[in-house]
Amino acid sequence: MFELLFVSAPIMNVQLLLEGIFIGSVFALSAYGLALIWGVMNVKNLAQGDFVIMGGYCAFAVYQLGIHPLFAIPVVIVFMFCFGWIVYKLIIKRVIDHDMFVSLLATFGLSLLLQQLLNLVFGPEVQTLDSQYGVFLLGDFVTVPKIKIISLVIAAAFATAVVIFMKRSRMGQAIRATAQDARAARVLGIDTDQVYAFTFALNAAICGVAGVLVSMIWSIQPFYGIIFSLRTFAIVTAAGLGNLPGVIGMSFVLGWFEQYAGVLAGAEWQIAASVFVLIGVLVWRQIQARRHRQVVR
Amino acid sequence: MTNEKILYLGLGIFGIVGPMLFPNYTLQIAMLWIMVLMASTWDITGGQMGYNSLGNITFFGVGMYVCAAIQVSMFYDLAEYTASYGAIKPVFTESQYFIGLILGIVAGGVVCVGLSLLLGLAVFGLRGPYFAIGTLGVAVAMREIVTTMDTVGGGAGISMPFLPLPIEYRSLFFYVLCFLLAVAAHFTIRWMFSTQFGLAANAIRDDEDKAEAMGIPTLRYKQFGWAVAAFYMGCIGAVFGNMSGYIEPQNIAFPLPTFGIFMVAMALLGGKGTLWGPVIGAIAFHIVKETTWTYLLDWQYIVLGLVLIVNIVYFQQGIMGWLKSMYPEKFGIVVDKSTNVSKGDA
Repeated sequence: MFELLFVSAPIMNVQLLLEGIFIGSVFALSAYGLALIWGVMNVKNLAQGDFVIMGGYCAFAVYQLGIHPLFAIPVVIVFMFCFGWIVYKLIIKRVIDHDMFVSLLATFGLSLLLQQLLNLVFGPEVQTLDSQYGVFLLGDFVTVPKIKIISLVIAAAFATAVVIFMKRSRMGQAIRATAQDARAARVLGIDTDQVYAFTFALNAAICGVAGVLVSMIWSIQPFYGIIFSLRTFAIVTAAGLGNLPGVIGMSFVLGWFEQYAGVLAGAEWQIAASVFVLIGVLVWRQIQARRHRQVVR
Repeated sequence: MTNEKILYLGLGIFGIVGPMLFPNYTLQIAMLWIMVLMASTWDITGGQMGYNSLGNITFFGVGMYVCAAIQVSMFYDLAEYTASYGAIKPVFTESQYFIGLILGIVAGGVVCVGLSLLLGLAVFGLRGPYFAIGTLGVAVAMREIVTTMDTVGGGAGISMPFLPLPIEYRSLFFYVLCFLLAVAAHFTIRWMFSTQFGLAANAIRDDEDKAEAMGIPTLRYKQFGWAVAAFYMGCIGAVFGNMSGYIEPQNIAFPLPTFGIFMVAMALLGGKGTLWGPVIGAIAFHIVKETTWTYLLDWQYIVLGLVLIVNIVYFQQGIMGWLKSMYPEKFGIVVDKSTNVSKGDA
């Protein structure tokens, strides 16, 4: 395999790098959502991946009605936003003040619930939505499905819209103010509970959009969520909070790493590879922290 | 404490008489002891040390696979056996089977101890939620690795050798093993927390940096606690593999979304950081689990997910914590009514 990639058919690298970018753009969306709620309300959402898969299944439901999955995006945004709001009011609101393991465990329970619910409603089969756009040839060997390019554009456009919203709108300002200092924000008349609810709902909507894209360019299955959650954790932990370029860059790196691991070590190692990245990142962070503690000493 | 004696007596009688009274439910009661063991061993690091692991299920699966590999490969070629997908029917004499089983269970535990010491070096520097995510990652990675290993059957799994005893003794035999392991684990933990280890563990939970500054070798304590948990998880995994008769990585050896999280839920439901909390939580949880299984079937896991969420969100102190706040005097907490009077005297 090694020989094939670097000696006989180096053109395959272009294919892998492109695939990594397409997948990475989806990772970047959900990782951005996680960085948002982590930074603003200090909640670590282990159901992040299940939100993504849920968005994908919403698109699947719309697709079964005979509507093109791309048109499902507005529906999914509204639906997932409302869903996120409800989840915040019922669960997150009550664990937000406790230590972080509680929020982790509560969202893990939510993840279990969503998996089984999706499994009951849609069945355990692996689904891929056919966008019927065909492929397009780059040179002689590299094939690029058109839907992947469209999805990259959508992801970029949606991410830009969210960033502009965070910078310009009143709500975006309130969210950033709350992230900096929740108490001061409360003193200045910002309803932080409302801000938290909005942030969590926004995160769910972002995940929903990522899910629609995943359902078209990759595949969805009710139990794929946990791997997505671990991927987003790896990305956010490596990039650090509030570091948007870092999140995007790390997402592409993870996408590439998975693609290369899939080809070099075999497709079944692809998932294990992303988990190894997570553990590697955590250990690296730990070494950093130890160095920091020694300096403090 | 008399309450404790009553509990021991009740559970002991139930453990011995239970399978005689309800012979059809022997394996369900065995599952109960497995869950008691899982919750209690999780609590060593989770409740008592504040290191909330989400990946203790790793040791369950590893123990199971080590035991299976030893049992088969003592008398057959393992790779050939798994590649045949059950075409080779293993025939063991009684002595072959029992030697293999005992060696397998012990080896499962010992390998898990080694693994936990190694993994501990990597993950025990992580604090709080990072530790939880890191151990969860370890469990997922182990599941995927075993799925790719063809010598142990990969995703298709291994069918285990049959117990060379009359079939009506089968469930009783594994029941006794599960019960004995759970009792052994319980008394090990009880002994551990009556020694200095218990004090050090709670010091680590309360403030690790200060504990380290006081000269407690925290890493060694954490590794020791996890190694004990790993040993019992490995042994019970080995027994469970033989009990179910067939093992595969996704749902039986590394059941991350079910038992991996149930053991945490049980410890929390009963009240973490106490000796009896996980035991009581496991019993309560098992009753909920079996009744929902009987009456709700497909909706079982949804109900269990709800139980987990409601428990964490609304009932954090657990059953033991609730009892403690209701009846403090039964737990040896003396409500000193004389303080007001003595204040006046002084």
